[in-house]
Amino acid sequence: MFPFNFEWIWDMSHVVFMGGLWYALNIIGIGMTFCIIKAIYDTVKGKDDGHHAEH
Amino acid sequence: MKGATTHRYGMVIDLDKCTGCGACMIACMAENNVPFRDDESDKLLSLTWMRIFRLNNGKPFPEADVCYLPRPCMHCEGDHGHSPCVSVCPATATDYSRETGIVSQIYTRCFGCRYCMGACPYKARLFNWWDPVWPDGMEKFLNPDVSPRVRGVVEKCSFCYNRYQLAKNKAFLEGRRELEENEYQTSCTQACPAGAIVFGDLNNPHHQVHQLVDPDMAHGGRPRNPNAFRILERLGTNPKVYYLSSREWVRRSGDNTIEGEGKLKSH
Amino acid sequence: MDRALIPDGVQRDPLWKFILKLGPVVAVLIWGVVAMFLCWIKGLNQTNMNNYYGFALWIWADLAVIALGGGAFFTGFLRYLVGKDDLKYIINFAVLVGFICYSSALLILAIDIGQPLRGWFIFWHANVHSMLTEVAFCLSAYFGVLTIEYIPLVLENRQLDRVPFFHHLSHNMHGIMAVFAATGAFLSFFHQGSLGGVAGVLFGRPFAFREHVFIWPWTFFLFTWSAAAYGPSFTIMLLKITEKITNKRLVKDNVVQLLAKISGWMILTYIIAKIIDTWYWAAVTAPSKGFTLIDFYSNNAFYGLWILFLEIVVGGVIPAIILVSDKGRKNAKLLFLAVVLGVIGVSVNRWVMVLQVMAVPIMPFDQWALYLPSWQEVATTILPVAYGVILIALSHRYLPVWPQERELNPIDAPSAPEAAVAEDIDEAAEAAPDGDLAPAQA
Repeated sequence: MFPFNFEWIWDMSHVVFMGGLWYALNIIGIGMTFCIIKAIYDTVKGKDDGHHAEH
Repeated sequence: MKGATTHRYGMVIDLDKCTGCGACMIACMAENNVPFRDDESDKLLSLTWMRIFRLNNGKPFPEADVCYLPRPCMHCEGDHGHSPCVSVCPATATDYSRETGIVSQIYTRCFGCRYCMGACPYKARLFNWWDPVWPDGMEKFLNPDVSPRVRGVVEKCSFCYNRYQLAKNKAFLEGRRELEENEYQTSCTQACPAGAIVFGDLNNPHHQVHQLVDPDMAHGGRPRNPNAFRILERLGTNPKVYYLSSREWVRRSGDNTIEGEGKLKSH
Repeated sequence: MDRALIPDGVQRDPLWKFILKLGPVVAVLIWGVVAMFLCWIKGLNQTNMNNYYGFALWIWADLAVIALGGGAFFTGFLRYLVGKDDLKYIINFAVLVGFICYSSALLILAIDIGQPLRGWFIFWHANVHSMLTEVAFCLSAYFGVLTIEYIPLVLENRQLDRVPFFHHLSHNMHGIMAVFAATGAFLSFFHQGSLGGVAGVLFGRPFAFREHVFIWPWTFFLFTWSAAAYGPSFTIMLLKITEKITNKRLVKDNVVQLLAKISGWMILTYIIAKIIDTWYWAAVTAPSKGFTLIDFYSNNAFYGLWILFLEIVVGGVIPAIILVSDKGRKNAKLLFLAVVLGVIGVSVNRWVMVLQVMAVPIMPFDQWALYLPSWQEVATTILPVAYGVILIALSHRYLPVWPQERELNPIDAPSAPEAAVAEDIDEAAEAAPDGDLAPAQA
């Protein structure tokens, strides 16, 4: 899973598989971090966005 | 095939000699601390690293004939350099050794998903459905060189790998790098009263296993000896356990054929 | 009693009736939980699995719920990436169903492994060549995405929404939901495919093995395709059942029709590919290993050609024909029949690709392995169903799952003297036997 795991080999399989996985996890992580930080900011600022956007 | 294999330990079992006595199974269980329960009547739950199948030719008397076929782990190499089980294990808990050709099982790494059991066409992989419980006092007689397994992990024949390690240690202390043929033998080989099981390095032309089957390494180790065969040759698993028989029906029992096929197709 | 938690403008059963209705489901849930703990504490000897039958009933359930839960990613894909805007009226429910399916799948996997405390080894010691590793990674990550998609719905509960932070968080998550949906679709394509790959790569099992394209066997593509095809059918089936139970229309017909049409065309194209795959496997792949088609469907007490017929014709061709035709789709009964047959079809496919694979003998001197699950297996397999019913019921009651519900089930504005009566939904609902408040009664 990590390069420091002893099974890890710097080969194409690991780079493609783990690269894809970490890419997806990073998008999820960064996305959620952005949402949470912005929500804290909006709360502190007392932002009023009216009704919810449709979903 | 990825990389060259230094040694290719394998087994040849002469089915014309096997009497189905089961000594190999007992020796295997004792050597490898294979647990058992009070009630072993359901064989599909039993842990039998070495299991004996009874084959018959399906003919009525007087042409009826039977054959006993011992089945250890085949230590497959696969056509593409990987055995059916090794490549599927998600936690790298089983490995194919390029040094010995032995498929290992790392019990402390296995988390019991059983995917390898599903992948093995020989049903040579077995699951510990229960924790091992030894009869009173028996724990003192367990083999100290083999770790017992906990509930919930897969185990299988290791070609008595502990014996290989001991032999290697001994050779190292004596300043040798290579093992003699008789230095590393599996427990089933030594226990067989009929001498039906032969074990050794298939890569070494001086070893009996090599001489018995004359493996064609250019074609996945396929035997050149017309009396030798491997089980399920057509699947491309490239096993390292060979069988010998002078009886054609026994040899034909080793693989699936479609009606009308005169000769086994090579994969 | 819980009026303050129920969304505005909709009517729900009084609390006592809601609890009473859920009672039997909770009993089933407890039964399943007991069985689950038995498996964890005593081990897998509680099952009827054996060394020939290493995968069993709940692994089929696992694969089936993942396929059926495919409605979430595919509906999200259509809504956020393809731009089928009408699907916004059903996306909440699709996400809810997906969340239930995937959380169930992960729970089943946690029960299934022999050493549950070592479950993290699959991540830590990952073998990137194993299809199961890909399944574990993508499935867990996608469950994270589904949770992210479900959280805003929870935060929109009337009371939670009053908390400014939750309100803003939910708003912000909606804002970038397309990014999460795209990531979810990416992960889903891979884990659905890898589940197919789990069977397709087994070159020691001629019943499961399929030819490869690069590193992926055909089953990789067929599984992704079938999940995308049948998942929406499952969403529609559950929607119709929910509408029947609540005696309300919850989503407009045009939305259902759109999803049904897409599902129908996906099923049709999938089933053509599946037929080609089956033919090639029967005519070329299996014979090259020494097997004929009939070898896989004879000499045993259960598996016959009927299962192939059930999967491909009854569960594939028939629902496809119904769903792609305007007339079939618009007939409520035929539509329901089609989605039910579709759900059966894909479930049978997963059964065949997991359980029949275990049953078929491979060595010529071996025998068919048939098994009957133990009650512990049955209970743990039903457990997710009970859990799903409870989560749908709770979500339906307390969360704004249905954007069109108020429009489809209007409550007449009460006149002043009647307002107090109408506000007490518990009492009003008691007057209506089905739990609905008909305008006339109000």
